[in-house]
Amino acid sequence: MKHLYTWGGILAVVGFSVLGDILMSRAMKQVGDLHALGRRFGLGTVLCRIFSNSIFFVAVGAMALAFFSLLFSLSWGDVSLVAPAAASLTFIGNAFAAKIFLHEHVDRRRWIAALLVAGGVALLAG
Amino acid sequence: MLRIENCLTFRKYLVLAGVTVFAAAGDSMLAHGMKQTGNISLHHLRSLFVAVLNPWVAVGILLLLAFFASYMSALSWADLTYVLPATSLGYVLLALVARFALHEQVSPLRWMGIALISGGVGFVAGGPALTHQQEESKPQVPSDHNPRENSISPPSRESRQKDGASLDVSRDHVRAATGDER
Repeated sequence: MKHLYTWGGILAVVGFSVLGDILMSRAMKQVGDLHALGRRFGLGTVLCRIFSNSIFFVAVGAMALAFFSLLFSLSWGDVSLVAPAAASLTFIGNAFAAKIFLHEHVDRRRWIAALLVAGGVALLAG
Repeated sequence: MLRIENCLTFRKYLVLAGVTVFAAAGDSMLAHGMKQTGNISLHHLRSLFVAVLNPWVAVGILLLLAFFASYMSALSWADLTYVLPATSLGYVLLALVARFALHEQVSPLRWMGIALISGGVGFVAGGPALTHQQEESKPQVPSDHNPRENSISPPSRESRQKDGASLDVSRDHVRAATGDER
């Protein structure tokens, strides 16, 4: 039963992290290049455009839920399992979600990079 | 909407470095500060506010805010599948700090992990930072084309020779028109 809770927590961390990253990426693409906007209209306009974007707040909410899910997962499972599993699966999940929802061109180079980094994180944190 | 440039300028590399360094430094300082303040239980949440007053925790929070700003900036001009692997060198940075500054033992498995992450970063850093806007705005450019070659690299030897040849032709035209036979 404890394993079930642990893996349920890990999946929650991965799900909310991927949701937060995807929504944040979508929100920032809608806002536009922050440096170019800042140079043209000033910092106030950039902040107004960011804080008037509703997707930005949903993304921050999802990231906060991912953080709390991580805390709960760590209370159920060992950190040597939870941390590397959550980080590695988030890398893979982001690659799939970015291809499906953001229509990014995830070519072979990026798949290999995501797999290498996910494997490296698992070894480093394990 | 503003056109998003695909070329990575020095400023954009600085933003990616900022994401990497601020996250690693912020996490380290937060961890160091929380070890000084001790455990925090759900029944004594006031100790959480005391922890924020710890200088290490305060600086850690400021660095993590800087990380978040850099991360948002990077996502405004690059793909998510580019930003995440490209900034994962922070894990390597943390391991190197642990080995050489804190004198912790790093096992061979962890060195292998560092090598894998570095390989992954090298793989993704060689490709374009942004793909879908590029396909929408410039459909004639193939997907595996590196836009940096087109945007910031100096002209190739062939193109310089070609330019030189066209310059010679135009000089001939001028000489012919002015009657200069030198």
